[in-house]
Amino acid sequence: MSTVSMTVNGKAVSADVEGRTLLVDYIREHLRLTGTHVGCDTSQCGTCVVHVDGKAVKSCTMLAAAAEGAEVTTIEGVANGDLHPMQKAFNDNHGLQCGFCTPGMIMSGIDMVNRYKAEGRQLDEAAIRHELEGNICRCTGYHNIVKSIAQAASEM
Amino acid sequence: MHSLNYHKASNASEAARLLSGTEDGKFLAGGQTLIPAMKTRLAAPSDLVDVSGAADLRGITVSGREVRIGAATTHAEVAADDALRKVCPSICDMAANIGDPAVRHRGTIGGSIANNDPAADYPAAMLALGATIKTASREIAADEFFVGLFETALEDDELITSIGFTAPAAGAYAKFPNPASRYAMCGVFVARGDDGVRVGVTGASADGAFRAGDLEAALDGAFSVDALDGISVNAEEMLSDIHGDGVYRANLVSVMAKRAVAAVS
Repeated sequence: MSTVSMTVNGKAVSADVEGRTLLVDYIREHLRLTGTHVGCDTSQCGTCVVHVDGKAVKSCTMLAAAAEGAEVTTIEGVANGDLHPMQKAFNDNHGLQCGFCTPGMIMSGIDMVNRYKAEGRQLDEAAIRHELEGNICRCTGYHNIVKSIAQAASEM
Repeated sequence: MHSLNYHKASNASEAARLLSGTEDGKFLAGGQTLIPAMKTRLAAPSDLVDVSGAADLRGITVSGREVRIGAATTHAEVAADDALRKVCPSICDMAANIGDPAVRHRGTIGGSIANNDPAADYPAAMLALGATIKTASREIAADEFFVGLFETALEDDELITSIGFTAPAAGAYAKFPNPASRYAMCGVFVARGDDGVRVGVTGASADGAFRAGDLEAALDGAFSVDALDGISVNAEEMLSDIHGDGVYRANLVSVMAKRAVAAVS
């Protein structure tokens, strides 16, 4: 066991964990932030996506110890009083049904909009669909998810 | 996942020192292959030495047409590097289509090459670009580096530090992803350099990435899509599995090579 410290959603946190502890387990089990989900546990489905130092990563495929000192943002950290534009867009466009994949969809959505804006690239429908390759939805289907991200991109 | 001791290295020499003190340690880069392998217990190292934050293993330098990419540079960094894109857009485009965005934020070029997954994209690029793989103690030509399925010329404790190559005059990579896994069922990297055309193939062979000599000879004769008509690889040496048999994969090699040539000619 060793102490792993990082900043999660703006708050300094610390926990004693094993070397093999995954970042997603650190977030869910030690911090009790259960908005980040574990779907496949094989880095396919994207329900565990969080931002580490501003970049989307699959927290089921990163060790907690590797995030020592990092700035981590989870789904619980994106709203600032009001819903984040990405959250609001999923609400407006019926971008979710069961909701299991939604935290990962929203974290990936925010990441892709930020990257495309920073690089001055157009995030069109084809780009959104390509960018969603690592996020799987098994009920709503992708049409409304794509619409949600497109709306948020115009508002962010 | 079995229990393990985690160590973080801040540079390459510290990584080597940390690994030498372990019973059965492994280097950890982005972990996008190693961590899933450890979850299924295909790998169970006693220790992990994390090199993802090693400053001297990161970054891309371009000097004229000479390119050096640090081993711990992520796929996303390769995809987005403006200086690299100016001299060798093909490797940027290839990196932009590895895995998915989150995987590209963690996965590294050194990790991909050291793992030598038969369906990984980078090995085909390294062969086609005639890259040199550098470690702390030596330089290994790509042609000598990829030995077989998940096998490389690396010693157990040898760490890749960087990859170097001369940007070709033209190059392109065409991939046929498996519709479900999105791994390459066949990926062909074509590079047209000063010393002729080199063609690297991934995903198709049971022995991992390889160079397609007959395709290179045909393209040396005339660098055109038509030059590849009727030219392919030996179907008996290609992978046959539930996703496609050897004949199918041999045909994919030819078709992907044509698409790559079409993209640059």
